[in-house]
Amino acid sequence: MTKINREQLKNMRDLIKTINKNEILVSMGTCGIAAGGDKIYEILKQEIKERDLENIITVKKTGCLGLCFCEPNLVIRLQGLPEIAYGFLNDEMAYKIITEHIMKKSIIDDYVIFLPSIDLFGNNKNHVENGLKYVFVWEPDKKKNLYNTLIKRITSKNLENKIKVFSTKYIGLANKNPILKVLPDNIFYTNFNEDDLDKIIENHFIKNNPMNNFMLLKENKYINIKENDKQHKQIRIVLRNSGYVDPENINDYISRDGFKALEKVLFEMSPDQVIEEVKKSGLRGRGGAGFPTGLKWEITKKVQSEVKYVICNADEGDPGAYMDRSVLEGDPYSVLEGMTICAYAIGANKGYIYVRAEYPLAIKRLQMAIDKSKEYGLLGDNILGTDFSFDIEIRLGAGAFVCGEETALIASIEGKRGMPRARPPFPAVEGLWKEPTVINNVETWANIPIIINKGSEWFASIGTNSSKGTKVFAITGKIKFPGLIEVPIGTSIKEIIYDISGGMLNNKQFKAAQTGGPSGGVIPVEHIDIPIDYESLQKIGSMMGSGGMIIMDEDDCMIDVAKFYVQFTVDESCGKCAPCRIGGKQMLETLKLISSGKAEESDIERLKRISFAMNKASLCGLGQSAPNPVISTLKYFEYEYVEHIRDRKCKTGKCRDLITYIINPEKCIGCGACALRCPVSAISGEKRKPHNIDQLKCIKCGECFITCKFGAINKT
Amino acid sequence: MTLQKEEIKLPQELLDFIKKNKDKKGYEIMILHKVQELYGYIPRKVAMEISRKINVPLARIYGVITFYHIFKLNKPGKYKIQVCMGTACYLKGGQDILGEIENILGTGVNTTTEDGLFSIEIVRCIGCCGIAPAMMINDKVYGNLRKEQLIEILGEYTKLEGKDMKNDKN
Repeated sequence: MTKINREQLKNMRDLIKTINKNEILVSMGTCGIAAGGDKIYEILKQEIKERDLENIITVKKTGCLGLCFCEPNLVIRLQGLPEIAYGFLNDEMAYKIITEHIMKKSIIDDYVIFLPSIDLFGNNKNHVENGLKYVFVWEPDKKKNLYNTLIKRITSKNLENKIKVFSTKYIGLANKNPILKVLPDNIFYTNFNEDDLDKIIENHFIKNNPMNNFMLLKENKYINIKENDKQHKQIRIVLRNSGYVDPENINDYISRDGFKALEKVLFEMSPDQVIEEVKKSGLRGRGGAGFPTGLKWEITKKVQSEVKYVICNADEGDPGAYMDRSVLEGDPYSVLEGMTICAYAIGANKGYIYVRAEYPLAIKRLQMAIDKSKEYGLLGDNILGTDFSFDIEIRLGAGAFVCGEETALIASIEGKRGMPRARPPFPAVEGLWKEPTVINNVETWANIPIIINKGSEWFASIGTNSSKGTKVFAITGKIKFPGLIEVPIGTSIKEIIYDISGGMLNNKQFKAAQTGGPSGGVIPVEHIDIPIDYESLQKIGSMMGSGGMIIMDEDDCMIDVAKFYVQFTVDESCGKCAPCRIGGKQMLETLKLISSGKAEESDIERLKRISFAMNKASLCGLGQSAPNPVISTLKYFEYEYVEHIRDRKCKTGKCRDLITYIINPEKCIGCGACALRCPVSAISGEKRKPHNIDQLKCIKCGECFITCKFGAINKT
Repeated sequence: MTLQKEEIKLPQELLDFIKKNKDKKGYEIMILHKVQELYGYIPRKVAMEISRKINVPLARIYGVITFYHIFKLNKPGKYKIQVCMGTACYLKGGQDILGEIENILGTGVNTTTEDGLFSIEIVRCIGCCGIAPAMMINDKVYGNLRKEQLIEILGEYTKLEGKDMKNDKN
């Protein structure tokens, strides 16, 4: 392949678009592979070969769909059927997909899942033959009552040849009532009773007149798009290609308007126009602090300098966050394109991607993308035949969380210990090797091409007044559907938990959500309705952060959580400034005293004092924000601290030193099972008589509690 | 004590890598990554040799090695177990998984078993929160772990070495 010019790129894109794509896209991000996606891929590949189906369908590896809970999963595009995704796969299903779905064109019941958002490129046109309708039924109780009723009604009306009914385990949304999804119309129904079902059948399927009053979630006020599409709570802008393209194939990216934005800026826009467009879009840095991206670029552009740099911060260190990894693994080209556009706007010729060494797959795919782009002349010298040149190099992190801070990151790229320095001067003025440098994180970069393509106005129509666009969250913890979600900024935590992520795991009580990782705080139930944006989260003592969101339930102890994060920042503190180095350590020791029942009430005051000092006097963001988990848990759950200190009790049982295991003599039958399991032989007693735990010996491991089949061991 | 110039032959792959990238600014960390990729850790002699080759004081190289968690000064086990202790894994019982692994192998975090087969490390988030609790053994990720599975998983590796984990334990 030789380098291409603008005309050739356009022709290529048009050509690729016309190719009729029959394909299976297997999700193979790191977690997809861990869940067994690689095996599914191999089986599909082999079956297609053995059954001579190579002309009919191709199988590809793709990035993450964000639906971690139903991995391994995949998407199938096949002429004559709607686009279908399958999840919860196993080997047997892989064979079935070939024999049933591909060969007989018949959809497999029970395993269909739905992507939670519309495809921005509308490529999933539902090529459905013969005007067939497909109805998918999702029932929260999984009892299939509605599914069976619907089939009966449809059969009684002799419509079974026109309407196909399937049951599904995930429909892209969640609700306390069952949901129906109709394809190819892409309409959801919910909150109807059995009588309404007949009306829906009558109106929608016979008269072709969808029933507005049972449609779900019509009110997504943060998206300015077509009425029907508002039914989706999510909109995938950053993740637009993740799961839809083969990240190792540049043609896939090109076919979805890839490099179209680059083309547009190089040939139709001046650098100032590009900056103006980004400013107007209202995009703010997605790394956490939310600095306006366009403004940052403008500052760097205005600095007079021969050499300037563009850096992508892919040192995603927040424990519990993996948004950037998914973008890098699923759509590396969009990051490269975003960086190149910025380089053109500010006048830089060299860029760096600083990526965690812990993400081997992301590194591999990035390197492939860089090499391929250079081969095509989309990166390197004279991009698309113009006189603009820009090169990108990958630099690996080495496991230091503080390197996510921009000045520390720069020190690390320079080959030094990754220690931050005081700002100003900001990197935008004096950054890498003392030259002006724009640093943005992965998610910010991935937003750039689409802002240029669709226009700042379109982008600014999504989100709230002060925060535009979407935010990707990695939602994990005690939640039914953990995974990656992308919502318009302004969506509330309540909507995220109950309308998107299926509600709390095991229907436990919601206690708090944690955002912003070690720099953020907890959001208690009284703030669950607050629209998430940069300002509102700060106001309640948390922060947007890079996008980790951990959902905690009644079983999670807030002191334990605070201790976890403080331990993390103590481990990661670089030690340069005293408030962070010493304050963090002292805070951790105090928390340890509290969780082991050895603290005094005055220690709460002490924690507050240390927090204040660290926040005011630390050198960098890591130290300044390190006390946040303590401050916010104290703010909302001070009673729990008091309980630990005064009553020496931890209601959740997480603080081991505060638990006592006691055998209830009325329930104990003296089987001796617990005594056998006890690692320190603390349990004794005669056979068939109630046993006893020696509290002095007990190490509170909880083995006896798990072992006892008679519920005779009490944990207090 | 004077540093004696000890002859040590670096592997060709490393020499080529250094030669190719020598002129790139700030490339020390990337070279150290390469050393660790080849040796599994950063042997002192190699660090000294590299200091000479790229003309950077040994003290600076050690400054870098000791700052970053990823660089190891001691040889890890043949199978490197990395237990994830990110928030999601922690909340879902990562600590118990770690405890059980320590129990089974009879050794603690940041140490290597006597036979040199396994070493245990804690890592902060491998980005697989959706399948927490998770761990990695070399490059393979294991998710949705339960304590009971561990002996079987570790057993697969001992079997590769011709040993039977279950018999070992009894």
